[in-house]
Amino acid sequence: MTQENSGPGILVEGLTKSFGEVHALRGIDLVVPRGTVLGVLGPNGAGKTTAVRILTTLLLPDKGRALVDGRDVVRQAAAVRRSIGLSGQSAAIQEELTGRENLELIGRLFHLSRPESRIRAAQLLEQFDLVDAANRPAKTYSGGMQRRLDLAASLVGRPQVLFLDEPTTGLDPRSRLAMWDIIRSLAEGGTTLLLTTQYLDEADELADEIVVIDHGLVIAAGTAEELKNRVGGDVLEFTVPDRNRLSDAVSAIASVGEGEPHADKETGVVNVGVGGRGSDALIDAVRALDAAGVRTHGLALRRPSLDDVFLALTGHAAEEEEQNGKRRRGRRSKRDETKAKS
Amino acid sequence: MTTAVAPTISLPDEPGLLARFRWAVSDTLVIARRNLLVWARVPAYLVFTVIQPVMFVLMFRYVFGGAIHIPGRISYVDFLMPGIIGQTAAFATFATAIALAQELQKGVIDRLRSMPMARSAVLAGRLVADTGRMLVTILIVVGVGYAVSFRFQNGLVPAILMVVLAVVFGLAICLIAAFTGLAIKDEESVQAFGLIWLFPVTFLSSAFVPIQSMPGWLQAFANNQPVTYVINTMRALAIGGPIEANLWKSIACLAGIFIVFGPLAVRAYKRAS
Repeated sequence: MTQENSGPGILVEGLTKSFGEVHALRGIDLVVPRGTVLGVLGPNGAGKTTAVRILTTLLLPDKGRALVDGRDVVRQAAAVRRSIGLSGQSAAIQEELTGRENLELIGRLFHLSRPESRIRAAQLLEQFDLVDAANRPAKTYSGGMQRRLDLAASLVGRPQVLFLDEPTTGLDPRSRLAMWDIIRSLAEGGTTLLLTTQYLDEADELADEIVVIDHGLVIAAGTAEELKNRVGGDVLEFTVPDRNRLSDAVSAIASVGEGEPHADKETGVVNVGVGGRGSDALIDAVRALDAAGVRTHGLALRRPSLDDVFLALTGHAAEEEEQNGKRRRGRRSKRDETKAKS
Repeated sequence: MTTAVAPTISLPDEPGLLARFRWAVSDTLVIARRNLLVWARVPAYLVFTVIQPVMFVLMFRYVFGGAIHIPGRISYVDFLMPGIIGQTAAFATFATAIALAQELQKGVIDRLRSMPMARSAVLAGRLVADTGRMLVTILIVVGVGYAVSFRFQNGLVPAILMVVLAVVFGLAICLIAAFTGLAIKDEESVQAFGLIWLFPVTFLSSAFVPIQSMPGWLQAFANNQPVTYVINTMRALAIGGPIEANLWKSIACLAGIFIVFGPLAVRAYKRAS
C-alpha cells in the first residue's frame, strides 16, 4: 500500500446520522493521530456502532465529513476499504470453514494470489496462536478463539486503520485479557486504532485518548487521566447494608463531599467526590455517619475510576444501562438498530 | 509451522474498469466456491437438498401414486417426475434465503462489504453456488426417477431443455428467496415465510396431480399460475404433448420475476445491514 498520506488516521467533522426519529449521531468530531488508539466509550445505543459503520463505509452519513487514512468515506469509499480492517461485536467468520480456510478466503477477496493468501493466513494463525486449531472448523472454537480469528481476518489486508467494535463484549475474563494483549501489540506495531467499548476499564487500559459518547454526542474527550481529574480528585465510597438508612447516609455526608453524593439503591453503595480534601474528608465522613447512627461497610477513599467520570458527565452510571445491554447483547442490539432504520 | 521468510505482500493498486470486471467475476467465484464448501460440510443441508427430494419421489411414486388417476395413457411416474423436479428446484431456494439471513445476522456481509472486493459478488456468488447446487440435486432426482421406472420419452435435447428450464425456474425463485432473506433478516421468520408461500404455490399446481381432480374454485387458481405453466412445459419436454402456449407463458412469468425481484434483491442487499 502506498503511504503518501500524512495527516491524522481518522478525522471526523460534524457527523450526523438519523434513522427516522432516532438521532443516532448528532454531530460528532473526532481526530485520531496516526499510530494512536482512540477509545470510544459509551453505553449501548449511544451511537458508537453507527459511527463505526459510517467510518467503514457501511452506512452513509446524513451530514458531516469523515476521512479515514486521508480519504473521504463517502466519495472515496473504495479507497477507504483498501486501508481499513473491521472486527465487529460478533465473530463474522464462516463457522463451517476451518480457521485457515476463513483467512485464505479473505486473502483471496483482498485479491492476493493463492500462494500469497496461504502465506498471509499462516502468518496470522501463528500471530494469533491458532496454529493448532487451524484445520478445525471454526464452530469448534471457543468464544475467545473465534474472536481472535475474527480479528485476524480483519488484518489480512494489512490495514492502516483498524476498527474494533466492542472487541471483548461477551468474552470471559481470561479471553478478555488475552484480547487486550493482542490489541496492545497491534497498537505498538503502529496501526491506527479506533476501539469502541462499554467497559470503562478497557478504554482506560488500551486507549491513548478517550471520547465519551452519549445520545449521539461527544460529551467529553481527553486522556483517561484528564477525564478522571474532571471528577475532581478522590472519591469517598462506602456501602450501607440497611437500605432503609440509605437516604440518612446521603444527607449525613452531603456536607462532606464537594459534589452531590450518589447512592445506588440496589447495591447500597454510596460515593461522593471529595476533591483534594482526602483524609480530612474521610474523618469528617466517619463523624457525620456516626452522629447519624448509620452503619457502613468498607468506608474508603479511592482514585476516581472512569465509572465516576461517566456518572459525573451524564448524571447516570454507565453500569445501569450496561446491565440492560448485557441482557440483550451484541446481535440483538444490532437488530434494534436496523429496526430503528426502517 | 512455517514462519516463512515473511514476504512483503502489497495490495494491487486502484483497478481500471476492465480489471474491476475481472475482479467482480473472480470474487463471485471465490464466494460461490466458499458457499459450496459450506454446503458440503453441513449434513443438514445435504439432507435437505438431496435426501428430501428423493423421499418425495419415492413417497409419491409408491404411497400416493396408486390413488392418483392420470387421464390418458400416461403412467403416474412419468407424470410425476417433471413436477417433482420443479418442486425440488423451488424448495432448494429455502437454503438461499436462510443462508443470506444468517450471514447478515452474524455480520459476515458487513465484513465483506467493508473490504475492497466487488460488492455485487456476495449476491452473485450466492446465486452461482445455488444454481450449481440445484443442478446437482436435479440430476440426482432424475437418476432416482430412472431407478423407479421414469423415462424421458421425447429425446435427449428436450430432456436437457427440461433440466435447463427447471434450473432457470429455480433461479427465479432463488431471487425471490434472496429478497425475502435479506429483507426479513431473521432466520426463523425467513424459514416460516418460505413455507407459507412456497408450499401452496407448488402444491396447488399441476406438479403432483392432474388439476381436473381439484374443486372448481381451486382449478381457477391452479390453472393460471406460473408454477403450473412451468411444470406443464417441463412435462411436455419430458414426455411429449402440446408445449407452445405453456412455454410462452412460462417465459413471460419467469422474465417478470427476474425483472421485478432481481432489482429488489439487489436493493435489499445494498440496504441490508
